[in-house]
Amino acid sequence: MKAKVYVTLKPSVLDPQGKAIHHTTELLGIENIGDIRQGKFFEIALDSSLSETEAQQTVEKIAKDILANPVIEDYEVKLVH
Amino acid sequence: MRFGVIVFPGSNCDHDAYHVISKHVGQPVDFIWHKETDLSGFDAVIVPGGFSYGDYLRAGALARFSPVMKAVKKFAEEGKFVLGICNGFQILCESGLLPGALMRNSGLHFICKHINIKIENKNTPFTNELENGKVLSIPIAHAEGNYVCDDSTFYELEENGQIVFRYCDKNGDAIETSNPNGSRSNIAGICNRNRNVLGMMPHPERACEELLGSNDGRDIFRSLTNRIAELAN
Repeated sequence: MKAKVYVTLKPSVLDPQGKAIHHTTELLGIENIGDIRQGKFFEIALDSSLSETEAQQTVEKIAKDILANPVIEDYEVKLVH
Repeated sequence: MRFGVIVFPGSNCDHDAYHVISKHVGQPVDFIWHKETDLSGFDAVIVPGGFSYGDYLRAGALARFSPVMKAVKKFAEEGKFVLGICNGFQILCESGLLPGALMRNSGLHFICKHINIKIENKNTPFTNELENGKVLSIPIAHAEGNYVCDDSTFYELEENGQIVFRYCDKNGDAIETSNPNGSRSNIAGICNRNRNVLGMMPHPERACEELLGSNDGRDIFRSLTNRIAELAN
């Protein structure tokens, strides 16, 4: 089983890196882009002996305690078979 | 009185801090490897600047889990003094010893230059030798110094006098053009509610000798030694 974790800046937090990327799309002449925000993506391989609930709990804990800083970031966990 | 300087893999201002404490402050000081779990015998520890764990994940995010950080938390709870400089400030925020977080500079660049900061609260163990409004010239060297916090944290910081330093111009005005990194309200350094834990992005240990362009940083270390000496008497 694998887990995918997406860490994104909270909507209230400004994202200077996303802004810079957005600006670059404009330099390339790409139109109709409203906003770009940068985040992080993690792929976690889990031991197959874990149940789905255990896997979900384990990855939630990793996301909450390590991968995301709750002051500025949100996270989303997806289990993939 | 004994100082400790914590060393993580990737710390690179540890020797500067050690040098200043031993040579200019004139107090005994030891390096403390990040695997250490006991801080008894120390009166103050410095969490120095650098790139602990290569700044992987987020600046300070992995150092927070080093064994020594449990000891630092306990040390802080006992009322002993913790000074986090630059990466040290980031580590203290990540570990929850200080509120808020340090994000990428608003201009995205790594900035390394002398800037001005002013004293916002002289009633802390780190600033008692200074006056409110006094301007210090101290260098910064960081890419993630953009202090952010939510509104309620910000009002709490203001109300409790926890904002200790603000970026300012040479006249002491904390204006937007004197804010190097986009920090909320020009915040350059904050302390905890009990005022025994301070985090700051500027490097006072790099401003203790005329030869290096400024010795304004000495007053911060002198304030701290005064306070420790006072408590010992």
